[in-house]
Amino acid sequence: MEFILGHLNYWFVIVLMMTGLYIVISRGNLVKKIVGLNVFQVSVFMLYISIGKVTGGTAPIFPTDLQGKIQIDPTIVYSNPLPHVLILTAIVVGIATTSLGLALIVRIREEYNTIEEQDILDQDAATAHAENLAHGDAMGGRA
Amino acid sequence: MRHHLILRVITKLLVGAIILFAFYVQFHGDFSPGGGFQAGVIMAVAFILYGLVFGVAQVQRVFPPWLVHKLLALGVLIYAGTGVWNMLLGYEFLHYGSFAPHHMSHGQHSGILYVEVGVGITVTGVMVAIFYAFAGRRPQLGDDDW
Amino acid sequence: MSSEAQHVALSLQDHLPVLQVLIPFLAGPLIVLLGSRTLAWPVAFIASFAAFVCSGLLLSQVMNGGFISYHIGGWAPPLGIEYRVDAANALVLLLISGISTVVLPFAKPSVADEIPQRHHTLFYATFMLCLTGLLGVVITGDAFNVFVFLEISSLSTYVLVAKGASKDRRALSAAYDYLIMGTIGATFFVIGLGLLYMATGTLNMADMADRIAALGTNRTVQAGFAFIIIGMGLKAAMFPLHHWLPNAYNYAPSAVTAFLAATATKAAIYVMLRFMFSVFQPDFVLDMGATWIIGLLAVIAMFVASFIAVFQNNFKRMLAYSSIAQIGYMLLGISMFNLNGLTATMVHLFNHGITKAALFMAVGALVLRTGTTFYDRIAGMGRVMPFTGAAVVVGGLSLIGVPGTAGFISKWVLVQAAFDNGWWWMALAIMASSLLAVIYVWRIVEALYLHAPNPEAEHQEAPLMMLGPIWIMAGACVWFGFDTELTLGTARTAAEALLAGSAGMAEIPTAAMH
Repeated sequence: MEFILGHLNYWFVIVLMMTGLYIVISRGNLVKKIVGLNVFQVSVFMLYISIGKVTGGTAPIFPTDLQGKIQIDPTIVYSNPLPHVLILTAIVVGIATTSLGLALIVRIREEYNTIEEQDILDQDAATAHAENLAHGDAMGGRA
Repeated sequence: MRHHLILRVITKLLVGAIILFAFYVQFHGDFSPGGGFQAGVIMAVAFILYGLVFGVAQVQRVFPPWLVHKLLALGVLIYAGTGVWNMLLGYEFLHYGSFAPHHMSHGQHSGILYVEVGVGITVTGVMVAIFYAFAGRRPQLGDDDW
Repeated sequence: MSSEAQHVALSLQDHLPVLQVLIPFLAGPLIVLLGSRTLAWPVAFIASFAAFVCSGLLLSQVMNGGFISYHIGGWAPPLGIEYRVDAANALVLLLISGISTVVLPFAKPSVADEIPQRHHTLFYATFMLCLTGLLGVVITGDAFNVFVFLEISSLSTYVLVAKGASKDRRALSAAYDYLIMGTIGATFFVIGLGLLYMATGTLNMADMADRIAALGTNRTVQAGFAFIIIGMGLKAAMFPLHHWLPNAYNYAPSAVTAFLAATATKAAIYVMLRFMFSVFQPDFVLDMGATWIIGLLAVIAMFVASFIAVFQNNFKRMLAYSSIAQIGYMLLGISMFNLNGLTATMVHLFNHGITKAALFMAVGALVLRTGTTFYDRIAGMGRVMPFTGAAVVVGGLSLIGVPGTAGFISKWVLVQAAFDNGWWWMALAIMASSLLAVIYVWRIVEALYLHAPNPEAEHQEAPLMMLGPIWIMAGACVWFGFDTELTLGTARTAAEALLAGSAGMAEIPTAAMH
């Protein structure tokens, strides 16, 4: 019980992480893959933010007195702000990735007229087959 | 959305307040939660809301796409330019203390202010640019299909 | 320039580490702000050349050992972000900025041919961001900073790959695949960093190394190690994780492929080396048994990818598979785990970079004249385009590892490393996989020279703007096959420093230490 409750944040992270990764791998819809990727990334954000928590810790802002002098009280426990800052950066990166992924999907939809991975693979395979007929056979990977 | 009178009136009321709030978050970021990231997004929301209700063409008359592109580049240059300025003052890149060598923490304050202005401009630009990029594509639903 | 009584103003030379990254970083938004198609290329080229000069100056300072440390914002490490240049990353910096400086003149006619005109300005801006990211990944001494720069370079890479869509729509699905895989790789890397941060409480690589050494190993550190290696392995196209590479390289515009093939995977290999040896100590890596796994995968990559490369009908795709095989050699060098092995990895990183740049640029010249890269379409073009054809031959010889070319040097050191470990069978395996390279290179030489020229193609030599860069790289393949002072010497210094872990390196003092 201690093992489960004591590591509760890690369990949530692991469940979210595996959910996200599973969606990325199993779903054929390109948008759903991006959603899965987001869930996967969010699990990492959770991992970072949860390790920044210090038991009994408060927001890491030093109080100032009326003259603006910083009052540092050594008895107050502060949470670790660094993981939050890191994750702020990671969130921005995540947004950039998501918007770029969605932009690519928009373009893919315009070119292929579908956002189902299988349809795209089929169309690509047909193109590759036509190319191989024209230029001689090749092996390895999907073209 | 020609028919949605309530939405249009509320939007017109809100846009100004949103922009004002964005400036508050921007310049109060040193002392309270906030800063360029948040302010930029809030600022962009004002334009996006206007675009959603009155149409992309209308908002692009106020905030044309070329200006968005210039702004998002300009913000990055303001940020990096602050660092270059520090270098010209003979300190490390982004060593804000160099703005007030006798009182380093004052220098830190002004440095953060300049940098956050750059961040705010860029984030506004990026968010609006993303909105334009997606909204500017061929619409699947006409105005009267709602 | 003001200077305070107690503060010695930093000189331009002290700023070199940050200028290295800052100049291309400033060029990106500047190109967008100028918004001029005619100015985009000159700005990009000047910035890239300036970065090249910076990396040359940095390398000359650290070639014989020691490192330079630059504190961003004046915050001293381990709290602040530190840029740290030593022999290992100075060599990679030189490679990346050098390749980009050579590829840009080539890119001008190539991009004009392959990319719609209205995208040109943004293309060069994205190219600059990609260069910034790659340089930043290599130069930084802060673990989280590696991730940020990695994503800057990766995101711009996806865009650059997708720009190939105007020629072949499959560039889009290739870019999408790359985005999914690359993001998973980067996220794995961040998970690893998070675990390390939990174990050590620091993000500065040198500090992290000290604390891991002091604390000893535990399961958190081991899990972090595994996540980081897998994440970087995805970015570096380590064998079973290489699936994104052939499509991305094949459908990207020629100039982009030439740049990426020569730099992107190399930067990832460098980060892997840096983490394995400088952050985790060499002993730790041995305890984890990582060398066996990496070695096994490397050998499979050498054979399987080379074998697939033999049976291609497309020049560009063949080179992509050959890249996967060549990355196998670099990983093999790591798995040898001795001085020669690491030297071979560092040298091959450099030599393979210039070889692939020459070959992929030659591909770009063929695309300009024939419009495609299929063997039956570029048939006989070696006779019509003698200089391009000759460059392909030189590059191909270097790919095989024929004496007198750069490729020979790195394979020679690799074989030496195999003998140092007493793995004579490994030396045989290296030879055998080189024989596969002979076959795939021969197929392209046969296609280029032993057929009648394709009548549909434009029968004209590539423009000088392309031939110049191609021959600079082809010439470099030969030059570094004879003059090994720069490559082998620096690589050996780097390998010694890496094998010593984080210990045993002295900082070169800068003018102002405050």
